[in-house]
Amino acid sequence: MDLGLIDPLFRWVVFGASGIVAVVASLMMVTRRDPIHSALWLIVTFFSLAVIYLTLHAQFIAVAQVMVYAGAIMMLIIFVIMLIQLEIVSTRKGRITGGKIIGGFITVILFLEIGAVLFSFPGGAPKASAERAAQIGSVASMGTALYGKYLFPFEIASVLLLVGLVGAVVLARRRQE
Amino acid sequence: MLHEIPNSLYFCLSAALFTIGAIGVITRRNAIIVFMCIELMLNGTNLAFIAAGNMLGSVDGMVFVFFIMTVAAAEAAIGLAIFVLIFRQKGTINVDEINLLKG
Repeated sequence: MDLGLIDPLFRWVVFGASGIVAVVASLMMVTRRDPIHSALWLIVTFFSLAVIYLTLHAQFIAVAQVMVYAGAIMMLIIFVIMLIQLEIVSTRKGRITGGKIIGGFITVILFLEIGAVLFSFPGGAPKASAERAAQIGSVASMGTALYGKYLFPFEIASVLLLVGLVGAVVLARRRQE
Repeated sequence: MLHEIPNSLYFCLSAALFTIGAIGVITRRNAIIVFMCIELMLNGTNLAFIAAGNMLGSVDGMVFVFFIMTVAAAEAAIGLAIFVLIFRQKGTINVDEINLLKG
């Protein structure tokens, strides 16, 4: 399934819908008080980002997004929320403090700065043709890059995952004194 | 005839996601929500990488995103284990009350 080669109108519709869903769901994620609701909204964001990756011809990354982020990482987060969440309900209400307003203001400035950089960028960079982009995004070219040019970083990444796994087990184990 | 979707739209969306995540990191006090906001910021950068790789006709953007996902998975495992540990010790994961490193 490659959304990149379908009619441009359809691609615009898909991009617009999933972009709006991504932004709205991430806003809901930030503003919900219950962490479980936040986690579920974040899953919606991840799914819509996977659709956006499909409009960019990145099939492998779209599938990995659903499997790794929406599947593995969010499962872990929801699991920990259920483990920890017993007392959070009774925490006091989040008041709008001065620090929050200042922090939000500063991050909006950050957004404006990113936007300024974007629009000062000479946007006329030649866009790769759709056929070339679809060829790049295929699993075959991704696998060739990972097992050829990037073989050593790939192996290091597997060691990193092993370290993460062992570290998590060691940290969360109950100490016997 | 409609044009291709311009890359600047993808970068704008990526900047918006990054900013929403940053606002969450600054304003929320629950450590797990802060963690989820950091994941959202990582996803914003992932989108920028993929859009740039698509624009330049290069597979490197996707490889970068692959490694970012690897690091995010390892980070999730370690970070959540640390949250469980802190919760066991202090009974809270409110980041304002976690001040073990304060002198």
